[in-house]
Amino acid sequence: MINNLFKKRLFNTVRYIGIIFGLIVCLFPIFIMVTTSLKNDVDSFSIPPKWIFKPILTNYKSILTEANFMKYFINSIVVSVVSTFLSIGASSLAAYSLARRNFIGKRIFSGSTFLMRMIPPVILVVPVFIMFRNLGILDSLVSLILVYTALTMPFAIWVITIFIGELPISLEESAYIDGCSTFQTFYKIVLPLISPGLSVAAIFTFRTAWNEFILSLILTNRMTRTLPVAVSLYITDTGTEWGKITAIATIIAIPAFFFTFFSAKQLIAGMTAGSVKG
Amino acid sequence: MSLKSFNSRSLSTYLFLLPATVIMGFVLAYPIFKGLRLSFFEWQMRNLMKDPVWVGLRNYRELFADPFFWESIQVTLKFTFSVVFIELIVGMGIALLLEKGIRGLRFFRSVFILPIMVAPVVVGVIWRFLYNPSYGMYNYLLRKVGLPALGWLSDPKIALGSVIIADVWQWTPFVFLLILAGLQGIPKELTEASLIDGANYFQNLFYIKIPAIASVIGITVVLRMIDSFRSLVVIFNMTYGGPGLSTEVLSLHLYKIAFVGQRLGLAAANAIILLIIIISLSMIMMIKRRKG
Repeated sequence: MINNLFKKRLFNTVRYIGIIFGLIVCLFPIFIMVTTSLKNDVDSFSIPPKWIFKPILTNYKSILTEANFMKYFINSIVVSVVSTFLSIGASSLAAYSLARRNFIGKRIFSGSTFLMRMIPPVILVVPVFIMFRNLGILDSLVSLILVYTALTMPFAIWVITIFIGELPISLEESAYIDGCSTFQTFYKIVLPLISPGLSVAAIFTFRTAWNEFILSLILTNRMTRTLPVAVSLYITDTGTEWGKITAIATIIAIPAFFFTFFSAKQLIAGMTAGSVKG
Repeated sequence: MSLKSFNSRSLSTYLFLLPATVIMGFVLAYPIFKGLRLSFFEWQMRNLMKDPVWVGLRNYRELFADPFFWESIQVTLKFTFSVVFIELIVGMGIALLLEKGIRGLRFFRSVFILPIMVAPVVVGVIWRFLYNPSYGMYNYLLRKVGLPALGWLSDPKIALGSVIIADVWQWTPFVFLLILAGLQGIPKELTEASLIDGANYFQNLFYIKIPAIASVIGITVVLRMIDSFRSLVVIFNMTYGGPGLSTEVLSLHLYKIAFVGQRLGLAAANAIILLIIIISLSMIMMIKRRKG
């Protein structure tokens, strides 16, 4: 008995030590990023590192006053918000048909959607570059909005289909009998009920658009760039201005912090369902 | 239901599918076919005004004869198998440790998803800073415990290892979350019965738990393999494939052929090969899912 109790205590201690070690490993790079962005240039390079310092906003002030930063920031916001709305709008429509109706080519539609979810953006880079160049929309935000909307759709359709599938169908049937059109039923009955699913899909869509790098690098120019490309070019342009670089990196990471702290539960549900269910 | 209302419903079915089909068709499916076609042409970025020239399978032959292509395949395979293996072992270890609820588990899980949510470009930039030979944090810590400093990203022998560590940092949480969800889905009676029958922890683990979550493990592995075959941005920003070709994965190789070498046809052929690998892996996953 005592032996068992001791074993349990030991096991719990090991678990807590494991957790704390895991937390430190997990947060260390992010901690370094945020603190470096709050140091002056001398402190950010000092070895041994200054663990205690007076946080300053100089880096943030100087990037905010740089002519193009605000432009890139606004580009990022516009592209991510617009693609999220378009993607979620079109995806929830398609998901409704997929969850509730039979149609010719349903298996092909869901199968090819699944495969398209796996397409790496880098495979699209060359053909999309050529296509958009021919259409004359290269270097425009429209081109980014188009690719991000398309790229995020397969996942969004799939998550929303699962959520619609879990609703009882009787509500829609009675709405239909009461004379609602399909669109009214979808808009007034189904959408409000699946809002948790919509927000999971929207967060992942926003994240993809906000974080995406390689397509933005190729499809934009000095004026239409987004933040991930801006921070990447900052390294090669300026070499070692780590204070500013970490400040931009921190700004890019803000939505990630935000989603993590306010909707971790839904995200985990989305991620695990998004991979294991199907 | 009358015929008329039935027809109008089926019309709406297709109308609802229309926007998604058009956008995905135009921006995902069509470019892939265009890319496939382009892989049989020679077309230079610096000569876009000239028409592409049909060369048949020459691009593929050139690719297969190119030692740099094989080098990048090798790097990709090393990278993929290492990250998937390490992430699976570590992620599963943590999941088993935390499987029976513990105070703070929810908070811990939330913090743990942070690396997954942070932009790959940020991961690349930050780890590059941490790995810096003179003022980076990791060399400082090594020196502090009396070990020699390392050229994390400048030594061709260990650069790939450094890249792998960063990936493990970012994606182990994902594996952990999936396995944890799998473990928590095992019916209690199953494990309890075996414990009552006198099975010890490891017998319980290997004969009951692991078989019960085998399909979850399978899907996790395939999913992580697909992702690491796709992975590009972190490496792009951390090492840009260097030093030498030591961290040049297939997708980075493809990017360089297109936008440094400026040979679009050859890059398209490379893209098709990457696509075939990824589609085969996805097919495996689809089949696994149907079974599971």
